Amino acid sequence: MPIQYYIYLSLALFSIGIIGVLTRRNAIIVFMCIELMLNAVNLLLVAFSKMHHGTALATDAATTAGIDGQLFVFFIMVVAAAEVSVGLAIIVMMYRNIHSVDINFLNRLKN
Amino acid sequence: MNAIILSALLGVVMMFSGILTKNKSVLKYIAAVGLLLLIAFNVMDTYAIFKFDIDSRGLLSFGKFGLYFNTLAFAATFIYVLLSGSDIEKAGINVAEYFALIFFVLCGLSILSGFNGMLMLFLGIEILSIPLYILTGSDKRNLKSNEAALKYFLMGSFTTGIMLMGIAFFYGATGSFTLNALPVIPTTGMINPSFLHVGGLLLLFVAMSFKVSAAPFHFWTPDVYDGAPSVFTSFMATIVKAAGFIAFIRLFQTQAVALGPTWKIILSIVIILTLLIGNITAVFQQSVKRMLAYSSIAQAGFMLFALFSSNDLAMEGILLYSVAYSLATIGIFAVLIKMNDYTFDGFNGLAKSNPVLAFTTTIFLLSLAGIPLTAGFFAKYYMLASVIKEGGSLWLVIVALFFAAVSVYYYFRVIQAMYFKDGDAGTAPISGVFKLSLVLLAALVIVLGIFPSIILNGFYF
Repeated sequence: MPIQYYIYLSLALFSIGIIGVLTRRNAIIVFMCIELMLNAVNLLLVAFSKMHHGTALATDAATTAGIDGQLFVFFIMVVAAAEVSVGLAIIVMMYRNIHSVDINFLNRLKN
Repeated sequence: MNAIILSALLGVVMMFSGILTKNKSVLKYIAAVGLLLLIAFNVMDTYAIFKFDIDSRGLLSFGKFGLYFNTLAFAATFIYVLLSGSDIEKAGINVAEYFALIFFVLCGLSILSGFNGMLMLFLGIEILSIPLYILTGSDKRNLKSNEAALKYFLMGSFTTGIMLMGIAFFYGATGSFTLNALPVIPTTGMINPSFLHVGGLLLLFVAMSFKVSAAPFHFWTPDVYDGAPSVFTSFMATIVKAAGFIAFIRLFQTQAVALGPTWKIILSIVIILTLLIGNITAVFQQSVKRMLAYSSIAQAGFMLFALFSSNDLAMEGILLYSVAYSLATIGIFAVLIKMNDYTFDGFNGLAKSNPVLAFTTTIFLLSLAGIPLTAGFFAKYYMLASVIKEGGSLWLVIVALFFAAVSVYYYFRVIQAMYFKDGDAGTAPISGVFKLSLVLLAALVIVLGIFPSIILNGFYF
């Protein structure tokens, strides 16, 4: 498949994530949309990794070009997991105090 | 590499010292000793006396500039811990963990001052940010702290998503994560301006602007800085922000060529917006803490000049600016934490009830406003001089000077409240040691204002 398809797919996923973050009011769903954004990036990185490997393979049969893209994906997954643990802890802390995860409820700081 | 390894280790040490000792006030001394160790090992690294090196395969490269920035940041943290350490103890029950998180932030900072590829940029930013989300929410029962933590977290991870998309585009265009990778046409050696590369750089620019709170991506800053416990706002607004700028400059020093002349246009729009929104909104604030949050946006506008001109004067300037701005802000926040009332009226008559506090606060405010004989003056001078040296953007300097004049207004409102208004500014009990360290910090601000070469010489020797 041409690389463009992957780019379109991951851009679509990424945009869904962004729209979700901007419009949804439930903290958990906003959080899921952020995860969707990160996973769109993962998909794109793997696709690019394969693409760069393919082009390098044409000149050198034993090339490892493009391997760093896939390595990056593992780092993103690890960091996302760390972020999830902190984020969920913050949401639980908020839920304990106001018994809701609606982010509109939190508007005290504006004035 | 010394700094990265030692700061991570010290974070673990702090966590364990929380189990081993029940006495909370010991912890800040352990942290202070740890910071001194960190400074010592980082200086040894700078002068190649003792180097703990791991072959990072080009992911990290430590130059003199980055290492020297580390030293300055650690020294500023040391001053912060000495001055506000006893207030960190009051922020919550898990004191040891707060110090541990501060060390982890410093680990992220030392990665950011030496990254050589997008992987380390990403990891550095995350190691810097994730502990800060926790510190922001450390006041668990306080709804404002909760709100600030949630906002900071959602905005921060959203930005991370944007940054990663930028990195993915960059990788797609160049086939590499290294900092100086440019998509060149092999036959001519010219830069191939591909959509992916330019789009990736723009996404990275947006993400980094978020992190350093440059307008129009600044909207989270006032809420987060206002809601977070004041001790941690002090840390966030100073040392962490300076680290963000170092990363920003490092990233775009090599990559800005790919954007061509558009780069300077985009950047000058961002600078002017940041100066405008930061300064004008700060004028209308009623709370000093919120005013300082907006003033930190305005100061970010000045720090962006280093990115704009990125010549040798700018590199000296950003170091000087980080130090001057950090010291003054740490000082003001240390005083602010002691106040009972955070509004401007809360400062009424402080000069009568507590002249030492009022006098030192005045010096810090003068330094932030950039009045001569304080460190802030030369910091602003170097920034503007670097733009003039670069040439062609004199109008930008004039705009900056105008906004610097605006900033004098809201800084002087605090001074006016302290000296010329009657009232009973209530403060928490203030120890003699605290007063002495405030006076020493104010003296340091003035000494740096007269001899800025103290900072700059360290860069060359």
